[in-house]
Amino acid sequence: MSAVTAERTASDSAPAKKRPLSERAKAERKLGWMLCAPAVIVMLAVTAYPIGYSVFLSLQRADLRFPGRNAFIGLDNYVSVLSSSRWWQDVLHTVLITVVSVSFELVIGMLLALVMHRALVGRGLVRTSALIPYGIVTVVAAFAWRLAFSKAEGGFVPSVLHLSYDPLGKTWTTYLVAILAEIWKTTPFMALLLLAGLALVPDELHEAAKVDGATAWQRFWRITIPLMKPAILVALLFRTLDAFRIFDSVFIITGSTHVRSVETLSILGYNELLNRLNLGLGSAVSVLLFIMVAFIAFLFVKGFGTSMASQRGEG
Amino acid sequence: MATAAPRRKLLGWIGIDAGVLLVSLFPVFWILMLALKAPATVSDGRIIPSKFSFENFKGIFNESIFTKALLNSIGIAVIATIIAVVLAAMAAYAIARLDFPGKTLILTAALAIAMFPPISIVGPLYDMWRSLGLYDTWPGLIIPYMTFTLPLAIYTMSAFFREIPWELEQAAQVDGATPFQAFTRVIAPLAAPGIFTTAILVFIFAWNDFVFANSLTSTPSGAQTVPAALSSFSGTSQFQVPTGSIAAAAVVVTVPIIIIVMFFQRRIVAGLTAGAVKG
Repeated sequence: MSAVTAERTASDSAPAKKRPLSERAKAERKLGWMLCAPAVIVMLAVTAYPIGYSVFLSLQRADLRFPGRNAFIGLDNYVSVLSSSRWWQDVLHTVLITVVSVSFELVIGMLLALVMHRALVGRGLVRTSALIPYGIVTVVAAFAWRLAFSKAEGGFVPSVLHLSYDPLGKTWTTYLVAILAEIWKTTPFMALLLLAGLALVPDELHEAAKVDGATAWQRFWRITIPLMKPAILVALLFRTLDAFRIFDSVFIITGSTHVRSVETLSILGYNELLNRLNLGLGSAVSVLLFIMVAFIAFLFVKGFGTSMASQRGEG
Repeated sequence: MATAAPRRKLLGWIGIDAGVLLVSLFPVFWILMLALKAPATVSDGRIIPSKFSFENFKGIFNESIFTKALLNSIGIAVIATIIAVVLAAMAAYAIARLDFPGKTLILTAALAIAMFPPISIVGPLYDMWRSLGLYDTWPGLIIPYMTFTLPLAIYTMSAFFREIPWELEQAAQVDGATPFQAFTRVIAPLAAPGIFTTAILVFIFAWNDFVFANSLTSTPSGAQTVPAALSSFSGTSQFQVPTGSIAAAAVVVTVPIIIIVMFFQRRIVAGLTAGAVKG
């Protein structure tokens, strides 16, 4: 009997069954597993194995320039990374870019979602044009912003604003350009996720509140926002994790000068791995980045688990 | 018989629409204008070219660097899309339709994999690919692309498949259709839009990749894709500023995306939101 209960708790969405599995149910399980097997095996092979290998490399002295000196060195790579000011400076850069751009994206994305939802004219046009920034290649978008702002490369922004300095030669203006590019590129995605939540808010509630004399502002804060909370959290989670691993746009935007004034964690990992060819140190950076991303996801899921589970469970 | 108030409202919306259009499209417009400048005037700081010219476009298509990279981009993105969609369609069908333990686990794992930073596996892949001879080859990029294409495809497709009224299949069989007919005439047409939408999204993501392409390829005659080639462009000679070529190449890779977005806006919106919120 206990075997049956165990099986039942293991099965996800099956309604409670009183009898042991029938032949048919067994066949169904087998078919389900067989159909999922190729995708699952490929996913595991291309991610779990390299991640495991990455953890292994991070515990080694593995410098491709000195292959003869490879050895197990325990946590030394992590000690080197965590005690370098470079790492902490890049943590700061990454956190700053993530927090600032995701905050702006939430506000602008909400406005854009409201426009997409409510527009009396040109709804399709607005949706199509908003999807273009999201769809175009990140590298291309980054070049559009870099070539507009770079004085050295003849961008129009310095000449229109009569700037005496190169915006991409200074740290804070480089930040500004990188964040603007990020906001421009990914706000539509945020807006679409919010739009999906917005569509779930019943119109009748608004009508009823209107009759009771609620202003548009009150209705937005008291009806729309609370009902959209799950969608907002999902959008924030997706965008935060995505922004935290930012690579392409910052890599391109800071590429016009010889010294990268703004370096993110992904770029640090890339440079260690592929420019300095230090697989040990680079892997330590990537494993730490991986842990941070997992931790952010954990915080989100833990903090808002129930509302998200109801959204993404089998419902 | 439009009264003043609705007309003002209408004008207000037109104004808002125009604002959204301007902000979303201006950077694209700028890069197009840049590409249309004569090579000598590329860095003149003007928005509209003083003289329109197609020199930059002619330049990149005469260079094998760009055309080879474009071919790599198309080939790799298409193959990665096909593999991911086929594998994911089977899994998504099972997840949406069959009852078996572990399907929530599969979806959760797919989500987790979609979220991890690609840079975490670049090091090991670089090391393995060099010893296996996969560095700078098509399979060398297609394989890592599975890390993001498969989860995305499984997620989006299982959300779509869940909406399909599967009872119709039995209904058709009751009406005398063979299982094969029931599948090809009833289920396949219902599933096709979801599969197609997923394929569009997966293609866009694969087309967009830079981290893997920049780390695991090195030459256009190998497997370097356009985004990676763009970042290493250096003009026809080292004395020529490649800005014009970069802009022209950027425009060329943007055109397919704009066409896809224009034709399939509704589907893309449905796909992104289905995968993300309902999934």
